[in-house]
Amino acid sequence: MIRVAGLRHRIGGVPILHDVDLVLEPGGVTALIGPNGAGKSTLLSLIARLQPLQTGRIEVDDLVVGVSPTDALARRLAILPQRTEIAPRLSVRQLVAFGRYPHHKGRAGPPDLMAVEAALERFDLTPLADRMLDTLSGGQRQRALVAMIFAQAADYLLLDEPLNNLDIAGARGLMAQLRTLARTAGRTILIVLHDINYAAAYADRIVAMRAGRIVASGPPADVITAATLHAVFDSDAAVETVRGRPVVLV
Amino acid sequence: MPARRLAVLGLAALAVSAAYMLVAARAPWSFLLPFRGEKLAALILVAVAVSTATVLFQTITQNRILTPAIMGFDALYVLLLTIAVFLLGGQSVVRLPAQAVFLTTAAALIGAALLLFGTLLLHARGDLLRMVLTGIIFGVLFRSLTGFLQRLIDPNEFSVIQVASYARFNDLETDLVLIAGFVTAGAVAVAWRRRAMWDVLALGWDVAVNLGARPRRGQIEALVLIALLVSVSTALVGPVAFLGLLVVSLAHVIVPSPHHAVLLPAAALVGVIVLVGGQTVLERLMGLETPLSVIVDLLGGAVFLLLILRQVRR
Repeated sequence: MIRVAGLRHRIGGVPILHDVDLVLEPGGVTALIGPNGAGKSTLLSLIARLQPLQTGRIEVDDLVVGVSPTDALARRLAILPQRTEIAPRLSVRQLVAFGRYPHHKGRAGPPDLMAVEAALERFDLTPLADRMLDTLSGGQRQRALVAMIFAQAADYLLLDEPLNNLDIAGARGLMAQLRTLARTAGRTILIVLHDINYAAAYADRIVAMRAGRIVASGPPADVITAATLHAVFDSDAAVETVRGRPVVLV
Repeated sequence: MPARRLAVLGLAALAVSAAYMLVAARAPWSFLLPFRGEKLAALILVAVAVSTATVLFQTITQNRILTPAIMGFDALYVLLLTIAVFLLGGQSVVRLPAQAVFLTTAAALIGAALLLFGTLLLHARGDLLRMVLTGIIFGVLFRSLTGFLQRLIDPNEFSVIQVASYARFNDLETDLVLIAGFVTAGAVAVAWRRRAMWDVLALGWDVAVNLGARPRRGQIEALVLIALLVSVSTALVGPVAFLGLLVVSLAHVIVPSPHHAVLLPAAALVGVIVLVGGQTVLERLMGLETPLSVIVDLLGGAVFLLLILRQVRR
């Protein structure tokens, strides 16, 4: 369980998060939605210790962010930040193999190699395994990055807008993969999404943020209503129910 | 494949070292072997130190254009030495054992590097343009301060620093070889033990944190190692502007690998081949008509321009 309590954060004197409390039960896909600048990415990066904590407390099961050893956290929680640029020239297999670093610290054994091949297989990357990252399309690259954090074998996966640059097939494929991971592999997934319809279609729970606060949370049918969208986004988009699921008419 | 290419590089490095020792022998071997052996050892130390420092610096800054020399590390070493002579007087510096002067300057360089480049890395992370500009300005600043202080120094004392102020591969500071050897061996051993961590740091801050590495600590460790290795090379042969860039760029072409287990030895071996091989050709075959530093800087400068232009076009 991820427990965020009393989280406050400022960047350059500007308050980004105000007293955020959030409990993430194990299992399932939770989508984080909200307008630009609501603090979604900041919240994710604080949970994943990419930035130092200022005020508040974050626990991941029995580990405390900022207190527990960072390599122990790396085996429990993995993050794919927005716009991840990989500078060295790597093949897909080499990239995915880095996901095993928290487990082997540089001495990869047979279980690590097997985990890498399993991750490649799971994300349909086996035919691309020896291609260099800079020869891949945006969607293939994104899949390779997700495969890397999958190979990390962490219980909690945090993804910051992974659907950017993906076409509809790529986006649906990735979301379906993530849902399968949550259902069958028992992973807990927290994902920042811009497209509310993807959140409605694939998430088990939606958390809406606005101006550094969590303003709504619950199953998609409860959160995605015309009234909530107006409160969160200042948008008067209409919401219809199609085949039992809310759909925003854009 | 990398193992075979490394073996070929190793053989080539052995061959140029043998050539350096044996070609054009016009003196008795009893004189020649220790005389040339000492210079060969110094050249190998410089090659290993410069290439390792460059690899580490490029890893923690995640780019392949900047090197410690371009960022002004060498110039900072000369400045620190000049300050010591200015404050203490050349005679007292000369009277100190060369080893003590070397160690003190190296220690000062570690502190100064952490202060200047440690904060720069924290704030300009990923901002290549800002790093390049800062490096150029640091380099000019250090050289100007050095020049200014050298004008204030007694001309007799100036000779103490003069030898450290420009690159020379013929007239080496061989009395420092032993201590420089220990420092280099220690720094290279630490860099080698951390090789898997460097691989992860090269992926960038966020990915490194995600994988459980501690990038800030890694950067500080790398800066300390770089300062030690730059001290070795600058003390032995003076500032070498583009040697590191040339050698590491060649290593990337010859043995392409994201793993430091391959990159570190490859860069060191290419460094030995370029430095010892170049010196053999120029000193033994061409009778010292052109200094090696000029050729290395010409080629390295061309590589630098090429990399910058490629970066700009992208």
